[in-house]
Amino acid sequence: MRIGVLCSRIRVEEKLIFAELEARGIDYVRLNDDELIFDLNAGRYPYDVVLERSIHHSRALYALHALNDAGIPTVNTAHVARICGDKFLTTQALIKNNVPTPRTLMAFTPESAVKAIEELGYPAVLKPAIGSWGRLIAKVNDREAAEAILEHKEVLGSYHHSIFYIQEYVAKPNMRDIRAFVIGDECIGAIYRTSPHWITNTARGGQASVCPITPAIADICVAAAQAVGGGVVAIDLLESSDGQILVNEVNYTMEFRNSITPTGVNIPGRIVEYTIEVAQGKRSGL
Amino acid sequence: MAAVCPECDAEIVFKAGTITGEIIVCPDCAAELEVTSVNPPALELAPEVGEDWGE
Repeated sequence: MRIGVLCSRIRVEEKLIFAELEARGIDYVRLNDDELIFDLNAGRYPYDVVLERSIHHSRALYALHALNDAGIPTVNTAHVARICGDKFLTTQALIKNNVPTPRTLMAFTPESAVKAIEELGYPAVLKPAIGSWGRLIAKVNDREAAEAILEHKEVLGSYHHSIFYIQEYVAKPNMRDIRAFVIGDECIGAIYRTSPHWITNTARGGQASVCPITPAIADICVAAAQAVGGGVVAIDLLESSDGQILVNEVNYTMEFRNSITPTGVNIPGRIVEYTIEVAQGKRSGL
Repeated sequence: MAAVCPECDAEIVFKAGTITGEIIVCPDCAAELEVTSVNPPALELAPEVGEDWGE
């Protein structure tokens, strides 16, 4: 069995994955996306499976497409990367599959975006459709702020910043949200991310602590994972003040360094085991 | 052998198991650095965050 691991920067996560592969005596090759060349016409790649860990969404998406089109299974698939890498497509997939998610509006001009924000009511959340680590996400508290942010996006941003993705603001009564990890059809662990700031990403200082996996959390997470195409994904959940659980985002190249200790789950080990099963044809990777 | 931080000139000794491509933080100046070579040890400033990076 030959496993390729597509990566760019070697973060803690990648080192843990390499260690798990080595512990199992797996023959793996590190595929540095800075150096890779895909011969698209030949379309032959010597791997039984490729585990995607690139930090670049665009590179990951195109690489996975090239591999899947050549019949090479991947974790995750190009389809999953395409859906999860774009918040609009994720929202559409969740809605289509009846997975609860915050109310979201889309608009294409600053004028229509202000109307959309005011239909939701202040505060509302403006997000870039493609983006991560909580960057360029704005909580819009009033009309003056809305007009200023929208003008900045239109003038300073590239075109995709003029696709306005506007979401209802879900207040966090406990100053926390939930990140849960799904592998295949199982929710393997979850953490609370607690922060006095409304953005709770651990990359932005949110504190991680264990979150018990209730049947409701497991069900909504597995449903969200299936809605985007399955595989190895991390689900961000919001708890509304009326007790409802909503899926906020689904991530397809999940970071997990801060979640191993609180959950007690060997997340990189589980990822490697799933990847091996894909290589063996026990799971779909196309 | 130690590498030198390109930002502040601090000497940085790699931990066992350090590999090329890994990102480390300079203990003196907190710059994010990319390990470009393990033997001989070499560091460069890590690239700025790209538009399509991360989760």
